[in-house]
Amino acid sequence: MKKYTPYIKPYLFFFIVGPIMMLTEVFGEVWIPRLMSMIINNGVANHDIAYILRIGLLMLGACLIMICGGVLGGYFSVRSAVGFTGDLRRDLFAKVQTFSFADLDDFSTGSLVTRLTNDLQQIQMMVMMTLRMALRSPGMLVGGLIMAMALNRELAMILLIVIPLLAFSIFLIMKTAYPRFSRMQTALDALNNGIQETLTNVRVVKSFVREEHEEEKFTKLNGDLKQRTLDAMNTVILTMPVMTFFMNITAVAVVWFGGNRIIAGRMQVGDLTAFITYVTQILMSLMMLSMVILGSARSMASFKRVSEVMDFVPDLDDVDAKQKDRKVEWGSIEFQDVSFAYPAADRIQDDETTSGAAPLPGAGFAPGSAVNRNVLEHISFKIEPGETVGILGATGCGKTSLVQLIPRLYDVTAGRVLVDGVDVRDYSLYHLREGVGMVLQYNTLFSGTISENLRWGNEDASDEDVVRYAEYAQADSFVSAFKEGYDKMIEQGGTNVSGGQKQRLCIARALLKRPKILILDDSTSAVDTATERRINEAFATELKETTKLIIAQRIGSVKDADRIIVMDDGHIVDIGNHEELIRRCSEYQEIYYSQVERNEVAV
Amino acid sequence: MTRTEKLAASLEKRYGKRVAAAGSGGGPGGRNARDRQGGKPKNVRHTIGRLMVYVLQEKARLAGALVCVLISTFSMLAASYMLRPIINTYIVPLDGTRGDPAGLFRALLVMLSVYMAGIVSTYLQSRLLMRIGQNSLQRMREDLFSHMQELPVRFYDGNTRGDLMSRFTNDIDNVGNMLSSTLISVFTAGLTLAGTLALMLYTNVILTFVTILVIPLMLKAVTKIAQTSGKYYSLQQSALGALNGYVEESITGQKVIKVFNHEEITKEEFNILNEKLKTNQIKAQFFGGIMGPVMNCSTQVTYTLTAVVGGILCVLRGFDIGGLTVFLNYSRQFGRPINEIAMTMTSVFSALAGAERVFAVMDAEPETPDDADAYVPQPMRGDVVMEHVSFGYNEDHMVLKDISLYAHPGQKIAFVGSTGAGKTTVMNLLPRFYDVQQGTITIDGVEIRHYQRDELRKNIAMVLQESHLFTGTIMENIRYGRLDATDEEVIEAAKTASADAFIRHLPMGYQTVIDGDGSNLSQGQRQLLNIARASVSRAPVLILDEATSSVDTRTEQLINEGMHHLMDSRTTFVIAHRLSTVRDANAIMVLEHGEIIERGTHEDLLKMQGRYYELYTGKAELD
Repeated sequence: MKKYTPYIKPYLFFFIVGPIMMLTEVFGEVWIPRLMSMIINNGVANHDIAYILRIGLLMLGACLIMICGGVLGGYFSVRSAVGFTGDLRRDLFAKVQTFSFADLDDFSTGSLVTRLTNDLQQIQMMVMMTLRMALRSPGMLVGGLIMAMALNRELAMILLIVIPLLAFSIFLIMKTAYPRFSRMQTALDALNNGIQETLTNVRVVKSFVREEHEEEKFTKLNGDLKQRTLDAMNTVILTMPVMTFFMNITAVAVVWFGGNRIIAGRMQVGDLTAFITYVTQILMSLMMLSMVILGSARSMASFKRVSEVMDFVPDLDDVDAKQKDRKVEWGSIEFQDVSFAYPAADRIQDDETTSGAAPLPGAGFAPGSAVNRNVLEHISFKIEPGETVGILGATGCGKTSLVQLIPRLYDVTAGRVLVDGVDVRDYSLYHLREGVGMVLQYNTLFSGTISENLRWGNEDASDEDVVRYAEYAQADSFVSAFKEGYDKMIEQGGTNVSGGQKQRLCIARALLKRPKILILDDSTSAVDTATERRINEAFATELKETTKLIIAQRIGSVKDADRIIVMDDGHIVDIGNHEELIRRCSEYQEIYYSQVERNEVAV
Repeated sequence: MTRTEKLAASLEKRYGKRVAAAGSGGGPGGRNARDRQGGKPKNVRHTIGRLMVYVLQEKARLAGALVCVLISTFSMLAASYMLRPIINTYIVPLDGTRGDPAGLFRALLVMLSVYMAGIVSTYLQSRLLMRIGQNSLQRMREDLFSHMQELPVRFYDGNTRGDLMSRFTNDIDNVGNMLSSTLISVFTAGLTLAGTLALMLYTNVILTFVTILVIPLMLKAVTKIAQTSGKYYSLQQSALGALNGYVEESITGQKVIKVFNHEEITKEEFNILNEKLKTNQIKAQFFGGIMGPVMNCSTQVTYTLTAVVGGILCVLRGFDIGGLTVFLNYSRQFGRPINEIAMTMTSVFSALAGAERVFAVMDAEPETPDDADAYVPQPMRGDVVMEHVSFGYNEDHMVLKDISLYAHPGQKIAFVGSTGAGKTTVMNLLPRFYDVQQGTITIDGVEIRHYQRDELRKNIAMVLQESHLFTGTIMENIRYGRLDATDEEVIEAAKTASADAFIRHLPMGYQTVIDGDGSNLSQGQRQLLNIARASVSRAPVLILDEATSSVDTRTEQLINEGMHHLMDSRTTFVIAHRLSTVRDANAIMVLEHGEIIERGTHEDLLKMQGRYYELYTGKAELD
């Protein structure tokens, strides 16, 4: 809880004054019935209309104080709750920005989004509720009790018996209901996931004519949800009758004992009326209190999930970097006996995503690996500045894992990666990544205009530069063909441009960064060969000094590279240029022949 | 413009239209919520009528619930009124005699049993209503889901998944709340209001008027506050929608943000949205929260007026104390139902609007039904002929123009062409995802629209461009292609697709559970599973739409070899970017702008020196 004090501090005044203001409301509610009983006992009994009017004025005054207190208390609690969560949201988001790739693999995207949106919203509701009710409900309870005691001590004894009984019953109900609610939530999640999946896979379902199969699955999930909802709700709806039961029993008991006292002349009628009002108030506030507790129990889960992010220690940082001011100047790369395994994904417990599934490493490009299996083993090579190096190998042989170590998206498990002769761990992350441009395999564009997207590479780039680099990436021709040109709005995820266009825009975006090292991870798979060739030509002529690493499926994409690294199952099989490899490397020959019809290759 | 202003303007353009779904407090459900800004139902009576169809299926329970509502409301009212005769007769008798403890005891016993009747019927009533509500919801979800299964692919093109999801979640939830609690609380409140009013009039006419006097004032205040808070509430929801949209997009693209060192700008943008949300939230929550104290205060004012006027009436006109006591209770009770109705009306309207959105999907046109004498192939050979086929997603823009081709069993037909040339569209016509506008497609000499649609599709196995898997084991995912396939057949299919090797590497082999989006597998692996799924089906027509685009070429060759005997007896259509994938096809169709511009075998096309030759030379340089 201590870590939340900085979020309370700026709003400390509101946090304190809010609940106090709420107490004035309590004061009104408690005092008004008392005044009313005075009207009956003294005014009516003594036929004193002036007295009645005087007390009436007092009551109206109490109403005025009440509304002022209520409104101000509401304002202060809103200010503090919104301020608290707003600041928390800001820092939570900033925290996520420090997450490494491994951290992002661990928390799923959906789970992080939920934490930043729904969970925080839930917390805000709870803080607001707590501030409004923190003193109010207990205040009503205590105030009501005191007034009841003052009116008639013996009658108040009834309350002392009833309150614990009621509290215990509510406790029992909630204790039963709470696990049922979480089972209901699980069933709801299952249903939603099922629907989502069917919606996504609608073409698959249709093409295999599996509509009935899907409906069967759905019917089961739907039935489950109904049953669990009923289980939970049938418990909750007991609350009201139980509550009413105790209230009524109390009322009857009060009238019986009070009535006898009045008959015996030991109590006044007005007191009885007031007493019944207090009984209602006290039991109601008990009810409210239990609601707040129930609500906050639910928000505690949200609190836990938010705290998990806040407390999370990112997998890698540059705190210990020795040469923080150093920038990448030349672009040489050296791997010294590098081995690498993806970090185990057991660092967080996400109650929402545990589904009994066999845990797999979060990274999609680590195929077939059991947890912690090395995906790269004893890799050593050196690349000079300005060199173009291709990387080839079967699906899942570790190509992506290898290049991700250069901008330090992951840290090596053993060995060293050097850029310009300096360990990448000794650069500040900022300078290292400024120097290394990378086009990811799973790439995204963001909502905004094309020019805004391209300027991710360099915020201050001139329009001419943007166009020039788009030309290199062979993107200018289709962008210019758009009616709005570079001002065309890209939709979230880049869904309104084709796969090949998206890849070209992503390349242009990386080029604008003017990195010393440029890494393309299978970034032209959706681009046709002729266009790809033009991109490679532009690289060769316009980016002479940039070190280029190109992962590709097609041999044609890397054939002209200075050198080609051939990989298999986490190892480097051979390094050399096309001519050398075609002579001596059987794996390379295999890839080559699989792409070029055998009988046409006349070596 | 300062930098911050510039960012803010850009953010407004990108996220300004988003609105968080009502009541949900935002969240992923609210993303495609543009159309829910106006959450007003359009045809209230019609929508209620349709909802009633669901509710009325539970006539017995509904009748029971109504009886319970009447009993509980009546007994609550009766019990509250009984206090008056009890005070007037047994405690402080009006005739001035001494009270009667024995009589008091008897009267209290009656009062207690009336209370008990009320409690029991309240409980029964909520149980029944809960049941009715949940049953109706279950049926409604079922209807929605099964109708969605019948909707054509075209429908899914025009509606985003997020929007459809929110109909299943937010909208149905709102309807559910309305059915199981809101409606009944409005009903009970109305009944209580009428009963209380009657009893108040019976007890004292003047005091009743005093109480009612406050109501118009109160209503005026409530509506005024509701209007103001409604205004700020929608501002808050759009600020929340923008923020949630931003969070979702940036978290999804977080890895790109890191690669571009974009963390600082991202934080800056986020903070702008966050501050805006804070400002709007303070206003919205404040005005929303004011309702409580105002209502509370007006109840107290009514109570005060009742006490004062009632006291004076007691003095001047001999109004009885028992009457005043029950009246004071009524004055507290009276405001509550009004308040309740006012508060729930908004949620009733948003639930009705939700129901309308749900019904809109249910009303969407399903796939055209099969003809009565629709043809059932027995068995299909797979002789496909397209003659002068033209097609457009909308009438005024034709995507395919005059396509003619034939394919015999055992043949492999390939489509080549740039993105958007219409390759996938041609293939979508075969299983009738869309129907052609002109021309005919026949299989085995029968026009495809004369087949039973399900039978037609069962005979066509597709591997789609976007590889989709279902949550479940790998075994189950492959078996999706043919539900009665044995484990051996599944493994055989996986071997054909070269997927067996990597599956065996997984911790649990074929029993490994994969996420729905298959995020724990690589793109290439997912494609292999998709191919295995198609291989396990015995359909005579096979469509491979960029099925191996993320698979390396060596593996692809293994797949080709594995599938060779499979293709022998089948008609295979292949779409591929890589020309090496298609060169052994019996015929290659080069598509451009929806037209077949060249056709022939690989050798024919090279000889033509046309478009294919141009494409191919990008690769031919190799030699």
